[in-house]
Amino acid sequence: MHETPLFSYALRLADNALILGHRMSEWIGHSPVLEEDLALGNMGLDLIGQARAFYAYAGEIEGKGRDEDKLAYLRDAKDWRNVLLVEQPNGDFAATMIRQLLFAAYAHPLYAALTKSKDASLAAIAAKAEKEMAYHVRHSGEWVIRLGDGTEESHERAQAALDELYAYSTELFESDDVERALIDAGIAADPAALRPEWERTVNHIFSEATLKTPPQSFAQTGGRTGRHSEHLGYILADMQFLQRTYPGAAW
Amino acid sequence: MYTQALNVKDEPAAAGDPVLEARFQAHVDAELKIEPNDWMPEGYRKTLTRQISQHAHSEIVGMLPEGNWITRAPTLRRKAALLAKVQDEGGHGLYLYSAAETLGTSREQMFEQLLSGKAKYSSIFNYPTLTWADIGAIGWLVDGAAIMNQIPLCRCSYGPYARAMIRICKEESFHQRQGYEIMMTLARGTPEQKAMAQDALNRWWWPSVMMFGPSDSDSQHSDQTMRWKIKRFSNDDLRQKFIDATVPQGHFIGLEFPDKDLKFNEETKHWDFGEIDWTEFKRVIAGDGPCNKQRMKQRRAAHDNGRWVREAALAYAEKRRNREAAAKIAAE
Ligand SMILES: [Fe+2]
Ligand SMILES: [Fe+2]
Ligand SMILES: [Fe+2]
Repeated sequence: MHETPLFSYALRLADNALILGHRMSEWIGHSPVLEEDLALGNMGLDLIGQARAFYAYAGEIEGKGRDEDKLAYLRDAKDWRNVLLVEQPNGDFAATMIRQLLFAAYAHPLYAALTKSKDASLAAIAAKAEKEMAYHVRHSGEWVIRLGDGTEESHERAQAALDELYAYSTELFESDDVERALIDAGIAADPAALRPEWERTVNHIFSEATLKTPPQSFAQTGGRTGRHSEHLGYILADMQFLQRTYPGAAW
Repeated sequence: MYTQALNVKDEPAAAGDPVLEARFQAHVDAELKIEPNDWMPEGYRKTLTRQISQHAHSEIVGMLPEGNWITRAPTLRRKAALLAKVQDEGGHGLYLYSAAETLGTSREQMFEQLLSGKAKYSSIFNYPTLTWADIGAIGWLVDGAAIMNQIPLCRCSYGPYARAMIRICKEESFHQRQGYEIMMTLARGTPEQKAMAQDALNRWWWPSVMMFGPSDSDSQHSDQTMRWKIKRFSNDDLRQKFIDATVPQGHFIGLEFPDKDLKFNEETKHWDFGEIDWTEFKRVIAGDGPCNKQRMKQRRAAHDNGRWVREAALAYAEKRRNREAAAKIAAE
């Protein structure tokens, strides 16, 4: 399948947002306190909204009549471009908040950089998303601090979640030829350039939270090119079931 | 949502202060609001606490059957709308717990009452959501019935409850329209989709009609709550209003109601309807509905699994207070 770099790039942004939004939505009605049902719902809605904007744009770039739903509901796992971090299961509340922090602390400077993209559509979507992700950093960061510096149990859980999920953070800062060309053209943001800010943000929070930043271990990567963990298939099975069972129906 | 579960005897009118009571009743009769710090009869406080907390519990238990379908919603627009809807219901729970707290019971206490089974919630949520059409049916019928119940509550004599209801009713009517729109889309879709919509209506119709509670002749609480201006219309009046509003909507999209006695009465200008199966109603309230046990199990699991999180938040807040106090002393 030949596709333009810009299409691939928009799809990567969309897939990250949708899969993480889907994960957040799994919490609704089951969270530790009613206020968090609302907060997790808000974050899920932000992410799904971002995904829809990026899908609509990707479909436009492609020009083959694929809309947001065709892109979201009719691709198999190997065609999904999200990073592995966002498809990891919710785990306990600590794992969800650590995952959210690791991602949001990357997405926030990413969207900030994209507001200056030479591609006006990307810049416009990023302008809204940047503000949303700033809230996600704040909210998840506050919880990571509370949990890390809360009770013995919450500290242990937060550290265990961080130890498990940290290996997925390297992938956030990788780039490939698809992105290189766009970076050089001033359209995409260079992921490697986002890393110092990401490190400042998360390390500051981890130190307040009395959590130890794990050593940089083997990096789990592959999502951007369609090599996923086992979890994505189950997400898609749930998400796509109606569209697959009743092909062509309008909902 | 719903005040339906309020089918228990009124609190006996305690021998209170007759002067205060007369003044209270005059205030209510003049359509003035009672506020948290005003004197009120104990029975009024207890009745309202029970009604508002049951309403709050219904909102949060009600998040479960619909929440089921967020991950499976068939389009991204529907997914976002359903997530927002379920989140709204959580917000309703939050306002209502706050309103009930102004009467002197804490949210934690109310939660304990729900989880121990002492407090009820609307038994409509003990029915399962089996297909996507159930999400349409719940919005259309269950939120629709809730609105009928709740619009009069916007004028309830208790200020905090009335104000919460005004805000909630706006959102519920949005949910109702959204649910109806889902049903309409299905009813005008493929034959399978239409069958899905019809099946959902068949399963949700009678439970929705029962949401208004027992017939007035069997209701044990109407008089006192009417005098206190908590309740304004009888169960049967509200039920009739709901049926009259809903039946033409269903017919308009080509769906049939599962009631062979349903027909328009030219004389009364109301829809006559068949016998309600009150044994089923009582059975579900008593705990033997299809999902009572699962719903409570999920609520309990969320509460239990979240305990360490709530404890951590408290422990952290206390550490912080202590550190700030120590820093202040050191600075002096
Ligand atoms: Fe409600
Ligand atoms: Fe509600
Ligand atoms: Fe609602």
